[in-house]
Amino acid sequence: MSEIIRLSAAALAQKLQSREVSAVDATQAHLDRIAAVDGSINAFLHVNTEEALLVAAEVDKARADGDTLHPLAGVPIAVKDLIVTKGQPTTAGSKILEGWHSPYDATVIRRLREARMPILGKTNLDEFAMGSSTEHSAYGPTRNPWDLDRIPGGSGGGSAAAVAAFEAPLALGTDTGGSIRQPGAVTGTVGVKPTYGGVSRYGAIAMASSLDQIGPVSRTVLDAALLHEVIGGHDPHDSTSLTDPVGALVEAARRGEVKGLRVGVIKELSGEGYQTGVLNRFAESLELLRGAGAEIVEVSCPNFKYALGAYYLIMPSEASSNLAKYDGVRFGLRVVPEGAPTIERVMGATRAAGFGDEVKRRIILGTYALSAGYYDAYYGSAQKVRTLIQRDFNAAFTQADVLISPTAPTTAFRLGEKLDDPLAMYLNDVATIPANMAGIPGLSLPNGLADEDNLPVGIQLLAPARQDARLYRVGAVLESLLEDKWGGPLLAQAPEIAGVK
Amino acid sequence: MTAVHDEVLSFDEAMEKYDPALGFEVHVELNTRTKMFSSAPNGFGDTPNTNITPVDLGLPGVLPVVNRVAVESSIKIGLALGCKIAERSHFARKNYFYPDTPKNFQTSQYDEPIAYDGAIDIELADGTVFTVEIERAHMEEDAGKLTHMGGATGRIQGAEFSLVDYNRAGVPLVEIVTKPILGAGRRAPELAKAYVAAIREIVKNLGVSDARMERGNVRCDANVSLMPKGSTTLGTRTETKNVNSLRSVEHAVTYEIQRHAAVLDSGAAIVQETRHWHEDTRSTTAGRPKSDADDYRYFPEPDLVPVVTNDAWIEKLRSELPEPPAERRKRLQADWGYSDAEFRDVVNAGVMSSVEDTVAAGVSPAVARKWWMGEISRRAKIADVEPAELGVTPELIVELNALIETGKINDKLSREVLDGVLAGEGTPAEVVEARGLAVVSDDGPLLEAIDGALAAQPDVAEKIRGGKVQAVGAIVGGVMKATRGQADAGRVRELILQRLGVEG
Repeated sequence: MSEIIRLSAAALAQKLQSREVSAVDATQAHLDRIAAVDGSINAFLHVNTEEALLVAAEVDKARADGDTLHPLAGVPIAVKDLIVTKGQPTTAGSKILEGWHSPYDATVIRRLREARMPILGKTNLDEFAMGSSTEHSAYGPTRNPWDLDRIPGGSGGGSAAAVAAFEAPLALGTDTGGSIRQPGAVTGTVGVKPTYGGVSRYGAIAMASSLDQIGPVSRTVLDAALLHEVIGGHDPHDSTSLTDPVGALVEAARRGEVKGLRVGVIKELSGEGYQTGVLNRFAESLELLRGAGAEIVEVSCPNFKYALGAYYLIMPSEASSNLAKYDGVRFGLRVVPEGAPTIERVMGATRAAGFGDEVKRRIILGTYALSAGYYDAYYGSAQKVRTLIQRDFNAAFTQADVLISPTAPTTAFRLGEKLDDPLAMYLNDVATIPANMAGIPGLSLPNGLADEDNLPVGIQLLAPARQDARLYRVGAVLESLLEDKWGGPLLAQAPEIAGVK
Repeated sequence: MTAVHDEVLSFDEAMEKYDPALGFEVHVELNTRTKMFSSAPNGFGDTPNTNITPVDLGLPGVLPVVNRVAVESSIKIGLALGCKIAERSHFARKNYFYPDTPKNFQTSQYDEPIAYDGAIDIELADGTVFTVEIERAHMEEDAGKLTHMGGATGRIQGAEFSLVDYNRAGVPLVEIVTKPILGAGRRAPELAKAYVAAIREIVKNLGVSDARMERGNVRCDANVSLMPKGSTTLGTRTETKNVNSLRSVEHAVTYEIQRHAAVLDSGAAIVQETRHWHEDTRSTTAGRPKSDADDYRYFPEPDLVPVVTNDAWIEKLRSELPEPPAERRKRLQADWGYSDAEFRDVVNAGVMSSVEDTVAAGVSPAVARKWWMGEISRRAKIADVEPAELGVTPELIVELNALIETGKINDKLSREVLDGVLAGEGTPAEVVEARGLAVVSDDGPLLEAIDGALAAQPDVAEKIRGGKVQAVGAIVGGVMKATRGQADAGRVRELILQRLGVEG
């Protein structure tokens, strides 16, 4: 395996800046890796070879000319196929958008292009980001690089698997209820859901607008911070975008510090329902933090028990409306039924053929929850729960500077294992959902392998809204303590991908 | 559309038995430079599907951004309608599938409108004033425009295919909703017309809309219900959609009152539904059933933050409001010294602003009125246009009047001068010169004409010499004829009497 692809984004950026490695070579190395392993992984729905190499060549030329470039110029990146890109197809993992090309770039894509980061391609996901295993993609499941019979998490399994399999040093994900963090946990990678509004959603295909957030996927905490600074900051195209500057996240990651920091363990997010190996690694991580000078306190968030239920009302409600536009009239799939089709029949046939079962399930749930006579009981109550969750967080953050929990209750499960049990699937996100409901930032990093199955486990840090820097400060310390213990990155322990030399 | 006439009662009979209640939803298209939620141009009549951005097409991933100017226009409308302005208002999604609605939901204010609780006074032609209470004025976006092809009716049913133009999709709208209007009685149709006219006048006066009904800038949905005389319980209503001229509003309300009365008289119940107005048959046909249970699955638009106002902003906008039309009318009538009847005629003829401009340009109110209510209105009627659309400028009237007052031309000639100016022959002075229209003030040619006229009517000349001075009119007429009206009749009279040696 080429050494280039093993480098962190920060290390690769260094080598590019010193011209030890060219951007074309770096990009080609990742394209080669994709060619070698993606037949097994299926992380990519589209590989953007030509354009990526073109951008890389421009970076090399600019660097040779002595131009001042962005620190990440030439560092390749993969993009979740929920984010629209000019010049490449965008499918949202759905048949209904098969072959569709966006005429505009998402704001985050524009920022990647401004930084001159070659885009390697578009990564697989559960259809419209609805799922926790990437099995709901219309283009086949992505497989976990640690064990090809297991899921890579979801919905952003493609981005997490691509980074875990060294197909890309960085990726973009989106997180509505854990779609960045849970795949990070089960693939041994880092994933960050920024504060709601911290990264523009313009061009991210909406599932649930009040919960969706774009964020970085990487192999190290520092790399996530580097990417976060590229994509973050105010965007006038997104009315919910914060006006604050993105903040010194990279500096926070470089100057990790936990001495005197109060770390709050959320009582409700451990114990029953959590795999033993997950709890063991969690306890060890707490000990490491305590050893580094952090104060570990227990906090209670009593309303979190309603979070999953409320989430599964708000998310499908918003999704049912956001997905109404896929009707065959203006773009994407159009199915014209036999006979003399009316517009209603064309719309119905298009949606019946174009959407998968999980998407239909959520549209039906959401349509029901918003219906007259049910609105107050369902959507209205769920919004009240949301307020209660925010209050729980507010109270917890008076006792602790950051909160901590396992990212997901279990390690990666087997493909097909939970496909017929939506509720079991939904429970994967029990620990990640509260952050989306409150709009606060969360970071997941790998904290070991579970004793039972030798699969990666993730730990989640949460901070108050707009305090994303805190996640990087604490995350970097914990990562370094863990890597000291392991004698290197966790991914160094990942098996070679089967079928690949 | 084939005429499907429901049974109707005569209007008089309907009014003997029932009291009508009205309600209006008037949609006003704002004339902002860009759309409600996107940077696409807000234009009319452009090539289809050119005034669009990804946002207007509802492409995957797009997000709306509220147009601040549209918010200010909406606040101005609210203030002009005497409404309270919400400190915090919110957009919601109104979910329904229709191909003219790109997202398959309309972004509209629902339970938190920008303006609420207002009232305006509506003056009818005879000066009677009705106060109409405004429930709310809220912001929303317009839909695209569908053209159904290949069917007999131009409707979606039976069409082979339909074309859709999204240029209008996302154009900012303000929907003004009244509270039920009771007590208009037989003047309900007249009030309906006057109300819509007043809204049109207000938004035009504010400068926030082009207010051209024929372009759909102002569109009216008219709600009508009847209650038996003496009852205070509102009857079941129908909503006649998109009644888009003042005349149609009056007719549609009249028709629905007559139709409701016939249905109620037959012992049947009114079906709560929307109705389509047909100008050709002056009747309505049933649209889709509408009930309060219509389920649009409204919920707060999560992609937009609330619209938050503050007193300083509102007061600044209030200070920018032009004088309200009703107050302006009062002021102008007093300034001009017109009688109530004179002023009403000017208003009804649609020439009040023209008169105002003409007075400002330097003629007396009486002269301005004479022109606009006389010659210009006459020409407008013939040409079937509004008087203001004839191209007669206040400056032109000032020049014509000056020519009359200095005796260069007379009233009759001034019409010919106007012809020439409107035909592009130049300024009034140039037309007078070119057409040779000046009053003949040189006595020489006049005396020649007078001698001719006296010779032609010797018996009349004799009578005048004999002291019948009043007979001079016949000779004056002859002279005027001979000079093609270009003589000053007073001077002609003097000269005739001199010629005959008679004291005038």
